[in-house]
Amino acid sequence: MKDVLKLDHVTKRFGGLTAVGDVSFTIKEGEIFGLIGPNGAGKTTIFNLITAVYSLTEGTITFGDQVIAEADPYGSGIIEGAKRRLFWHPMKPFQIAEAGITRTFQNIRLFKKLSVYENVLTACHRSADYGLGVSFLPRNIPFTKVVLPWAKKITSQEEQLREKAEELLKMMGLWDYREMAAANLPYGLQRKLEIARALALDPKLLLLDEPAAGMNPEETLALLDLIKEIRDKFHLTVLIIEHHMDLIMNLCDRIYVLNFGKFLAEGVPSEIQNNKDVVEAYLGKEEE
Amino acid sequence: MFSWFYIEGILILVGVNLMVVLGLSLLTGFTGLFSFGHAGFMAIGAYVSAICTLHYHMPFLVAMVLGALVAMIMSFIIGYFTLGLKGDYFCIATLGFGESVRLIFDNLDFFGGARGLSSIPMVTTFEMVLVICFLAVVAMVLLIHSRHGRNMIAIREEELASQAIGINVFRYKMISFAISAAYAAIGGAMYAHYLGYLQPLMFQLTKSTELTIMVIFGGLGSIGGSVIGAFFLTFIPELFRAFASWRLVFYGAAVILVMITRPQGLMGGMELTDVARWAKRKLSGGKGKKGKKNEPPVLQEEGETA
Repeated sequence: MKDVLKLDHVTKRFGGLTAVGDVSFTIKEGEIFGLIGPNGAGKTTIFNLITAVYSLTEGTITFGDQVIAEADPYGSGIIEGAKRRLFWHPMKPFQIAEAGITRTFQNIRLFKKLSVYENVLTACHRSADYGLGVSFLPRNIPFTKVVLPWAKKITSQEEQLREKAEELLKMMGLWDYREMAAANLPYGLQRKLEIARALALDPKLLLLDEPAAGMNPEETLALLDLIKEIRDKFHLTVLIIEHHMDLIMNLCDRIYVLNFGKFLAEGVPSEIQNNKDVVEAYLGKEEE
Repeated sequence: MFSWFYIEGILILVGVNLMVVLGLSLLTGFTGLFSFGHAGFMAIGAYVSAICTLHYHMPFLVAMVLGALVAMIMSFIIGYFTLGLKGDYFCIATLGFGESVRLIFDNLDFFGGARGLSSIPMVTTFEMVLVICFLAVVAMVLLIHSRHGRNMIAIREEELASQAIGINVFRYKMISFAISAAYAAIGGAMYAHYLGYLQPLMFQLTKSTELTIMVIFGGLGSIGGSVIGAFFLTFIPELFRAFASWRLVFYGAAVILVMITRPQGLMGGMELTDVARWAKRKLSGGKGKKGKKNEPPVLQEEGETA
């Protein structure tokens, strides 16, 4: 199987603090890859590095055959700074999304005042390509569709977007809530809406940041099936951060464990469950 | 006192303000960027078009489009350097821009300097303003309901999430800024050719704040609200003209009253269609239909959704 995402000796320092230190792992196509570790281990920082919210201090991140993030090659000083400004064009978060990596957020970031439907509809924007200029022109008056060339393009593309949004919402079980403002949704459904919004871009790799936070055990179980279902349906690769060990152990093909930003263990769930270091990091050392 | 000539004059001023407020509404209400420099874009539109008709004898509409183009180019330059700034900083930058534009016009003799520019052909008619404003409102509504408009709204709601769904935030802010500048410039061009006279003092900071107040008064994120805001806040000071300088107290009181009773503005986040739906529901309320359409579904199925 092909490698989808490859982190190669990735390091991120904030001043003197090493949030992520020398992390390397490879995710294969179709895998569900778990990223776990105690609070503050640097899991979300890794997500932010992959999606270019933060820049790397060292190392490279490769997505498919494309290097999507690498360390700043320029030093300090005015001349180096000017060179950086002119010649260095690292990928921006929106380009990462265009390339095929989308994510959800640990502290939910929905378009709160918009309806559930509008949240997903907005995210579908990449499936249409009509330009800005024609957006000002009339298109819904009777007969314009026949007479005006742009009207047909816009209306048919908008129709496709609406169908796509409808399909996604139905699949996530959110269709009944479509008129509600996103902020008024129950917590668990807000997390689902974030997943629906991330799927609207037809990603190849989906990053889920604690999707089960705030869900009860029943909902967590349903989420497990849902993630597997969308993986199969959309031919996705999934990278997931989670604290619910039931979910992680039953869902993931492989798991990477971080502790204080550093590698602790990597392997299939059964290996991780019996790993002494992991147990120690989570529960503390057994007294002699 | 209320002759048609007088009313017509006020309505033209309403139209002028409406143009600028529409642009500002896109920038502030839909993209979430506050600007205190739109009087500057208005001034650019006014002066450029006035020079074109006065010195180069161009037709008004051509001059107006040229004014809008120059304003757009200016907005690209300003936007390129300032739209990377977050929130309040952008606001301060536009404030500086507005004031410097006024001072430039104040000091260039080509534009008449502080004495102002006079004998501009007075070609703005009520019908023309009506048509231009109508087209401008329609175009703006259509834009808001396109994918580009939705992207701008997404940026207002949550910038980081917009990035994460592949929206080029900087580009859309730039577009929004440029369109609002063009609208302001068109308003300015109509203003110049209505008064027949221009003076830098007309485009002071107070003008910018007045425009922003109109947008907030009408309600952020609502085109209908902007129309209402421009209409009322241009009309009220005129209606109370008999009270001389006290009229501005009424103006202030009206704004404060609205902000206390409806902090989101008269029509915050709603459009006229929503109001119509609401009114319909109120009227048919006795028949048990009340609120059915917008009521959230029953929440008991929550556990089994998957």
